[in-house]
Amino acid sequence: MQVYDAPLRDMRFVLNELHADDGFGDIPALSEFTPDLTDAILEEAARFCRDVLLPINRSGDEEGCHLENGVVRTPAGFAQAYKQFAEGGWTALASDPEWGGQGLPEAVNKLVEEMICSSNLSFGLYPGLTHGATTAIEGHGSDALKQAYLPKMVSGQWSGTMCLTEPHCGTDLGLLRSRAVPQGDGSYKVTGSKIFISAGEHDLTENIIHLVLARLPDAPKGVKGISLFLVPKYLPKEDGTPGQSNGVACAAIEHKMGLKASATCQMNFDDSTGWLVGEPGKGMAAMFTMMNTERVSVGIQGLGVGEAAYQAAAWYAKDRIQGRALSGPKYPEQAADPIIVHPDVRRMLMTMRAYNEGCRALSAWVSRALDAEKHSPEPEVRQRASDFIALMTPVVKALFTDLAFDSANLAVQCYGGHGYIRESGVEQYARDARITMIYEGTNGVQALDLVGRKLGAHMGRYLRSFFHPVSAFIEENNVDGPMKPMVEALAKAFGALQLSTATVAQRALKDPEEAGAASADYLRLMGLVAMGYCFAKATKIAGLQLFFGSEDKRFYDAKIKTATFFFERILPQATASFLAIKAGKKSLMALEDDVF
Amino acid sequence: MKVLVPVKRVIDYNVKPRVKADGTGVDLANVKMSMNPFDEIAVEEAIRLKEKGVATEIVVVSIGVAKAQETLRTALAMGADRAILVQTDDEVEPLAVAKILKTIATEEAPGLVILGKQAIDDDANQTGQMLAALLGWGQGTFASKVEVSGETVAVTREVDGGLETVSLKLPAIVTTDLRLNEPRYASLPNIMKAKSKPLATKTPADLGVEIASRLKTLKVTEPPKRSAGIKVADVDELVARLKEMAI
Repeated sequence: MQVYDAPLRDMRFVLNELHADDGFGDIPALSEFTPDLTDAILEEAARFCRDVLLPINRSGDEEGCHLENGVVRTPAGFAQAYKQFAEGGWTALASDPEWGGQGLPEAVNKLVEEMICSSNLSFGLYPGLTHGATTAIEGHGSDALKQAYLPKMVSGQWSGTMCLTEPHCGTDLGLLRSRAVPQGDGSYKVTGSKIFISAGEHDLTENIIHLVLARLPDAPKGVKGISLFLVPKYLPKEDGTPGQSNGVACAAIEHKMGLKASATCQMNFDDSTGWLVGEPGKGMAAMFTMMNTERVSVGIQGLGVGEAAYQAAAWYAKDRIQGRALSGPKYPEQAADPIIVHPDVRRMLMTMRAYNEGCRALSAWVSRALDAEKHSPEPEVRQRASDFIALMTPVVKALFTDLAFDSANLAVQCYGGHGYIRESGVEQYARDARITMIYEGTNGVQALDLVGRKLGAHMGRYLRSFFHPVSAFIEENNVDGPMKPMVEALAKAFGALQLSTATVAQRALKDPEEAGAASADYLRLMGLVAMGYCFAKATKIAGLQLFFGSEDKRFYDAKIKTATFFFERILPQATASFLAIKAGKKSLMALEDDVF
Repeated sequence: MKVLVPVKRVIDYNVKPRVKADGTGVDLANVKMSMNPFDEIAVEEAIRLKEKGVATEIVVVSIGVAKAQETLRTALAMGADRAILVQTDDEVEPLAVAKILKTIATEEAPGLVILGKQAIDDDANQTGQMLAALLGWGQGTFASKVEVSGETVAVTREVDGGLETVSLKLPAIVTTDLRLNEPRYASLPNIMKAKSKPLATKTPADLGVEIASRLKTLKVTEPPKRSAGIKVADVDELVARLKEMAI
């Protein structure tokens, strides 16, 4: 059963306690967001998600979206929920106050995003894409475009999309064919077909603003010839309200494995009027502003689904009585014991729990860097934050979504046969989570980005933003005491990561295929070390809290137990990744193509 | 017209309460606390009156521990204008609550006091009635509809036989039932504004009210577990069994 309640206590922990000493905090511009205020925001968001978005998650999955006469109808309840969502100001959460946003710190925003994705991933895509589109317009659009479009998109009155993929080009956008012809008045006529456009057409907002990649007539081949255009579904009239339709049509919607309440559209642009966003030929750069923030958000989507899957599984494991504990009845007053007594069920629950808490802790760290990059008064801090984000973006995207699918899969397993039945609600999590590993750059592409672009950048400067705090923590805490086994395990995994970094860097110089062969394992190894570091820090804080007699004994005690599980039963995977990296490309590439 | 809305911080309706091991009460350590749902309805009704132009100011008041501030902030985020916390760590029984509210009502001179009909923790269902008696004002309890016109308020009440409408001279006391309205979600901008709305803190002593308990709690226990029923073969056996049990 889908039973989600936002994990507010852990959210407050990662927001207020865990990263207090990371050097990214204490930003004057954000000082008004005190814990009592952020608590109030998180609590209301949690309530909204539980009471409004969760109840239409499974029904939305069953009903799906429908295309009728060129118009997409979202499932029952979505339009009403979206209206409430926008009226409540949630679409404007992290946007710039200049455009009517609430200017919330990313550290809070990402937690709210997680809640939305836990309760209804399909729903979350509509405002999520709008936010991505506003980021690109804000970063690269002209003042006129900003004035005309941002206030309405920030308020949620209009929504946004990103139109990249075409039938013949996904990952390799250099092949794209959509074209834009200048009209002499500063506008362009955009023509082309785009596929896999999330929220390309729907009935939630009165206008939809498409950001479309296309080529100018004289543009060179490849990615350098791509520009970004803003193309509205309806052209705004003088007074700013939507006017005549602009040759934008939804030809079909995809029938997907999951995420069914999110409309994935084939969009045709037929001489549609558009305006250039940024400079000609710089479309990819503008698009990447959007992509980079979106990639972190897709990681959060994964975490959200992973948490929902965990909660559904934990509920069932306590509710479902079947058989007896191996050591004899633990609940003798009942006809059978709940299945949570079984070590193997607990292995699954603890794994999901550790994944979620580890990812949440890491995402909170990255979110603080996002705030510091934008608002810190110190140039040095802004630079370090920016380096850290660049390094961690592919890790957050790929690691979180890989683990989310694992969690959803484990949740189905906890339910046994019932998990395979739609009514249980957990198989939806597996289907919904699956896409997060693919879109916004597949996880394979993320791993290549990490190894190919991020490792060597600026002589390893990105890496230092992560390696320095980890090695400082190990040095400071590698002393006799209750934390010693944990710190030693972290040091070992960190050593494996450092060694792998050197190996990959050396081999890749001679042979780029070696970088590709190591990439997925390397990303996993870095993710494990990052989570391990967060868990070790969390344990230290929790230990101190317990020592000083915190009232919240239950939470800190559970934190240490979960961290211990992570160190004993998950972090050892670091060794496996290390060995796979060490093996290199040979066995991967040995088999001849025609033998496959 | 000013509207006074008392709100209580109670254990969240989604939480399954646990009785303390020593039987002295319900365990509230690290339990999620929220505004009493009936009080949310009262706040919502006051806001609707303000939106209609009937009310001009909404004052929310809570009596309890310092953390009840959060509950008041919630009400402010929904749309109330200012808040008063009467802070005490002691248990406050309905009569003491009514006395405190009487003092505040006398100071604030509201046209209406809207309360939840009961709080979901002790389910006493007494405060509104006691307050009306202490103030000598009319009362419309268990309201499912509230309409103010001029110097009177018509309150539709949910009573056992159906609905009953009473007309009260203002100022008056109204207590809310479940179907009066559906409380709104606080919007993000209003949550942020709530932080800067005024919140005054007082103590029962400041108000000159003696709150010592008049009741003594002997023991708090969980309700007995429901035992399994029995199956009867036919109607005759059922009747026989019922007779046996003297029903």
